[in-house]
Amino acid sequence: MKHVIETKEVSGSPNFQLTTFQKLVDWAVNQSRANSLWPMPFGTACCAIEFMATAASRFDLARFGMERQAFSPRQADVLICAGRLPFKLAPVIRRIYDQMPQPKWVISMGACASTGGIFDNYAMVQGIDTIVPVDVYVPGCPPRPEGLLYGILLLHKKIKGESLFDAVPRRDEQPLDERGLRLPPAEIDEISEPFGNSVHQFRSS
Amino acid sequence: MNPSVAAARATFGDAIGRAVEARAETSVTVSAARLLDFMRWLKDTPGQEYNYLVDVTAVEFRDRERPLEVVYQLRSLEHKANLRVKVELDPRGELAVDSVTSLWAGANWLEREVYDMFGVVFAGHPDLRRILMWETYAEGHPLRKDFPLRGRFSRAEQVRQALNISPEAHYSMEELSIAESFDDLPADMRDRLRRGERDVVPGSE
Repeated sequence: MKHVIETKEVSGSPNFQLTTFQKLVDWAVNQSRANSLWPMPFGTACCAIEFMATAASRFDLARFGMERQAFSPRQADVLICAGRLPFKLAPVIRRIYDQMPQPKWVISMGACASTGGIFDNYAMVQGIDTIVPVDVYVPGCPPRPEGLLYGILLLHKKIKGESLFDAVPRRDEQPLDERGLRLPPAEIDEISEPFGNSVHQFRSS
Repeated sequence: MNPSVAAARATFGDAIGRAVEARAETSVTVSAARLLDFMRWLKDTPGQEYNYLVDVTAVEFRDRERPLEVVYQLRSLEHKANLRVKVELDPRGELAVDSVTSLWAGANWLEREVYDMFGVVFAGHPDLRRILMWETYAEGHPLRKDFPLRGRFSRAEQVRQALNISPEAHYSMEELSIAESFDDLPADMRDRLRRGERDVVPGSE
């Protein structure tokens, strides 16, 4: 009985009304954002083939509001890195990311984009999270279109949980530091450590 | 055995080393000093006329005693004949051979690739610079046997160097085909192109 009375008092308070208003605004904004994502495909390898299959009529990305492929970073919301990223392309994807307007998200599609995959060698970035912040990692080599769609739905879920009034999950610009790095060097080295079958290869061999 | 070998022995004598036939394909070794003469003879002599340079590549063997081979794959379109020419170099010494770009213009990029991957210097090449790795790449020549699989620098240093490259510097103005429209470009792009590592920009003072 006491519990009900308290609720009544709370529902009349200005804080409760403000929170309700914020929730409504967040709901409206997040629904709009999540259901009209404009992808910027950055396809470098076989994952791009699967991405094309995902965008084509059988799997049809447009069902999830991704009707328009933005081949221009200035008109895109979500960067989909489909395929391995060589060091030579690292400054390119970084500039594309920098050119995208807020809010923006990044999907790392496939094993190579997420970890370097089988390419644990001198030419390949060991995970694009050393270059740009990543929201959703889609595993697979390459992932099937269902996998990518699941990743996109996870991104929808993530976007719908964000709040305009909460500074933490909002996309910060995350500029590069004075060394030109996104993460501290020790962290990059740790992320890039060999794992799986690569641990049997010595760095010197 | 390809009849060109016997004719070459008659003309060049000791400069022609061993010749091997395997699966109806003939490989012939020539000394580095006589390479350009031999190639010119192969290309211009009636009856030989190897007018198509299919590929230039190089091989370094795990056995340190074996020489590093620069391999030229030739084809005569007239006589429907193939010939593989090899030059043996000491991998511990200076790697230098004459460029064949004066005979086949198509050797330009092929020799640049061999230079990039193996460090073989082609004397007389008009534009000998890296073609696959970027021009400021400082770790060496990746396909040499003494090159570690994951490169010489730490992953953090590799990421740092990659991110500090201006993407425009990967390309010369001629390759971008915008040299003639340089003055029409936006001011910031002109600046970035000027600041590029190549710093020779036709059309700018």
